[in-house]
Amino acid sequence: MTMLPAMLLQAIPQTADYVRILPELVLSIFGIIVMMLDPLVDEEKSQKTLGGIAFVGTMVALFSTWYTSKSPGMAFSNTIRIDSFSIFFIFLVIAIAAVVILSSFEYMAVQRIRAGEYYALILFGVVGMSVMSSATELVLIFIGLEISSISTYILAGFRRNEAASSESSLKYFLLGSFATAFFLYGVALMFGATGSTNIDVISQKLQSSPAEVLVYVAMALMFVGLGFKVAAAPFHVWTPDVYEGAPAPVVGFMSTAPKAAAFAVLLRVVFAINAPGRFWFLWFAAALSMTLGNVGALVQSNVKRLLAYSSIAHAGYLLVAFAMTTPENSITGISAAMFYTAAYAAMNVGAFTVVSHFANAGERYVTLEDYEGLGRSSPLLAASLTIFLLSLIGIPMTGGFFAKFYVFSAALRANLIWLTLIGVSNSAIGAYYYLRIIVAMYMRESRKEVPVTPVSFGVGLALALSLIATLYLGLLPNRVLQIAQHSAQDLVSQSSTGAAEVARAPLGAAVPPR
Amino acid sequence: MNDAFSPYIVSLVTFAPLAGALLLTILPRRDRDIRVIALLVSLITFAVSLHLPVHFHRALPGFQFEIDKQWISSPNIHYHMAIDGISMWLVVLTTFLTPLCVLISWKSVHDRVKEFFILLLILETALIGVFTSLDLFLFYFFWEATLIPMALLIGVFGHERRVYAAVKFFMYTMIASVFMLAAILWLYAQTGSFDFVFIRDQIASGAIKNFPAAAQWLFLGFFLAFAVKVPLFPFHTWLPDAHVEAPTAGSVLLAGVLLKMGTYGMLRFNLGLFPEQSRHNAPWIMTLALIGIIYGALVAMVQPNMKKLIAYSSVSHLGFVVLGIFSFTQSGLNGAMFVMLAHGVSTGGLFMLAGILHERRHTYEISEFGGLASIMPVYSTSYLFIVLASVGLPLLNGFIGEFLVLNGAFQAKPIYGILGATGVIWSACYLLWMFQRVFYGKVTNPLNNSMADMLGFEKAAVWPCAVAALVMGVAPILWLAAIDPAVQNSLMPFAQTISKAVMQ
Repeated sequence: MTMLPAMLLQAIPQTADYVRILPELVLSIFGIIVMMLDPLVDEEKSQKTLGGIAFVGTMVALFSTWYTSKSPGMAFSNTIRIDSFSIFFIFLVIAIAAVVILSSFEYMAVQRIRAGEYYALILFGVVGMSVMSSATELVLIFIGLEISSISTYILAGFRRNEAASSESSLKYFLLGSFATAFFLYGVALMFGATGSTNIDVISQKLQSSPAEVLVYVAMALMFVGLGFKVAAAPFHVWTPDVYEGAPAPVVGFMSTAPKAAAFAVLLRVVFAINAPGRFWFLWFAAALSMTLGNVGALVQSNVKRLLAYSSIAHAGYLLVAFAMTTPENSITGISAAMFYTAAYAAMNVGAFTVVSHFANAGERYVTLEDYEGLGRSSPLLAASLTIFLLSLIGIPMTGGFFAKFYVFSAALRANLIWLTLIGVSNSAIGAYYYLRIIVAMYMRESRKEVPVTPVSFGVGLALALSLIATLYLGLLPNRVLQIAQHSAQDLVSQSSTGAAEVARAPLGAAVPPR
Repeated sequence: MNDAFSPYIVSLVTFAPLAGALLLTILPRRDRDIRVIALLVSLITFAVSLHLPVHFHRALPGFQFEIDKQWISSPNIHYHMAIDGISMWLVVLTTFLTPLCVLISWKSVHDRVKEFFILLLILETALIGVFTSLDLFLFYFFWEATLIPMALLIGVFGHERRVYAAVKFFMYTMIASVFMLAAILWLYAQTGSFDFVFIRDQIASGAIKNFPAAAQWLFLGFFLAFAVKVPLFPFHTWLPDAHVEAPTAGSVLLAGVLLKMGTYGMLRFNLGLFPEQSRHNAPWIMTLALIGIIYGALVAMVQPNMKKLIAYSSVSHLGFVVLGIFSFTQSGLNGAMFVMLAHGVSTGGLFMLAGILHERRHTYEISEFGGLASIMPVYSTSYLFIVLASVGLPLLNGFIGEFLVLNGAFQAKPIYGILGATGVIWSACYLLWMFQRVFYGKVTNPLNNSMADMLGFEKAAVWPCAVAALVMGVAPILWLAAIDPAVQNSLMPFAQTISKAVMQ
């Protein structure tokens, strides 16, 4: 009888619990402030003010992430885990949001979209993604997934007057809900099989007893849901249409941040649970994504569609790092995947910043033909897009090179020679279509009148930040890689020792009464 | 020279052009200033690079001016740069040709001048880096880094079909080099190091457990990347397009230095890391080299386009280099090295001379010309000199290298030497025939009557090549004294494999 009050007492959140969700709290508060101010401020001038508040929000959130990182541990009855792994991804998604907000000021003004909720939705979306990064409870992960998805569904439809944008939003919404339903179904089956939705407990259960068929089915369903979110083949079909219709800065956002969060979940599911029977599934998903993405991109003439296919291919390269089985290989694989996520975010956000600046009112200029002669008319813009594209190809001195490099060397260390060969041949094929954009910019003269607008401060800053990140990761990758390796060790050790710790912890609420 | 400075001299030579390129980016677009500064930077680089042969200890076979610092701890990547007798001369060749490229582009490049010289200097840094890096990762880094400036030089500043040529060049080399990357990654996964010397010793001592099974694939991974770059028949089809469309300076560096990256790679990495596989694969590689020599020469003979003719002559000459390398003889390797240098100088000169004609008439068609000897006497004399050097006239540079290569090929197998020797005859045929059609006879095309003879800056660009060709032909020992010990060093494992084979 004395146990019950003590348990209740411990179930009440402490200060430490709140510190461990501080970034999410900050982002939510700023999101609410933006929503509240939106009807109060003048409609004409509101854009800059609200966007500015949102940007400040991300900065404060970055700072609070740093604060949170000082108190690692579990929070809210073992549903949230703050360790270097979750901090890495929280930091990444917030940083992406900050850069995207910067590049959105000018875009929103040019497109004549007046809406404070745009910035609020980005902030709320990031809350969902941070929750996905730090949650160790499948139900909480699902909630995070929904928060982030719903925000991005709406964001995709923000060019209200364009049919393409509404189509994009609706397509994304319908298929996305379908996919999250798969994920939820997988969670339910996992609960049925192991009696828990806590990743640590599941991991422990699966280690102590051989996996039943139900576990495999649950894993497969969860993979379907997450595979959709990261746009991995064969769940990639939505990507080109959605990316083509959605506003360009939003594409820059949703091709990086939700993907990074989904990869964080996938890493947890694969490596912390030590999911059984995953190897061939991931092998084929990786090979198929790389090949379909690259081959699809070869024939595109719309730059946004081209980058959509390229993002499928990059999801494939990333999945190569997941096809690891032994714990030592897992560490190199996880750290390679984490580095890749960061490098991909830097270069892709940068590329979409250029695309969204250049697209102009109504996104009229998004085909390869429009890019002709850009090297002459705006040399700086063209030069930075070139660096991002070279990084996407994987040329040395850019982040993209080390990203591919780590992934493939991890794969070779795990003796995945065929997958590596498929990967490197694919990256050679991939060079061709990125090169087409560079060729158009520098080697052809413009055939039609494309207005050149001066780069605003926000876009310039966003570009500079992405460039610095891309080149930093390409020249001095050490520090980020060390953080990734440290986090990877954390994650792998959870699958073996972490689960035992949870069981030993005084709070028994996580272990279900069975 | 004080020893404290010597580790940094290689880095200084490598990155001086890059520093110059960065300087150019912040300068205003005054074309004249930019040209002068590019020339100064490249001349200073050349002067500094001369420090290497002057202070090089010729008797020592190993690497000198070595610097080895950790760059990235995980993966274990080192900033490991050094030179030996082989790479030293290729570095000097690069620094020698770059100022000439600046000079020859003085007037011919008038649009986007700043970008042109920035790219040229970046290319120089990347090329020197390829020859000086001893860390496989660093090597790959520079190897890929040569690709972009060269592709842009062709694609932006080239002639009509430049985009096609640039993309073809980029894709050919990119696709081939990813297989080298895969091989490098495999070696790293097994040894935990990218260091060339370390990996070589590991392989030689048999410390890598899966090595015997993978060796052939690794050899091929490296070889494919190099063979495309050389280019070895049948991977040569990108070369004529790239050359014909490239601006003159691009062609000079492409033929003069870029192709040598491939043969240098074979010599350093294929022979250095995989001696046994090199020996196993030598027969078909030498066959391809011989096909390249003869086929390249025959195709060159029927070219109506002067630049294409010179391009195919490169295929033929580089065949000699590969033939010499895979003969595994002292003489063959010395000769291969010497042909590389001689070809760099004389073909560089030929491309510049072809560029001078193009400047005046905007065509490379041989049939457009005729009887130029009476109109442009200085030009014709310079042209004849370089042609004779390229043909292999004794006392000029082409002769020494080809002689040594053929000597080596005879030692390896007489039939290789006999077939290779026909290449010398062919090269005399196509070059002298071309010379006859362009310079002798009557002036058939009235447009040619008004052509000016060589201008001052053109003389300054071409004549150093002629002088170098003469000095190399008269005193080859100046070069071979450093090359010979390095070659001997790289042939060491072959002596061992032979003795091993004899023991069994």
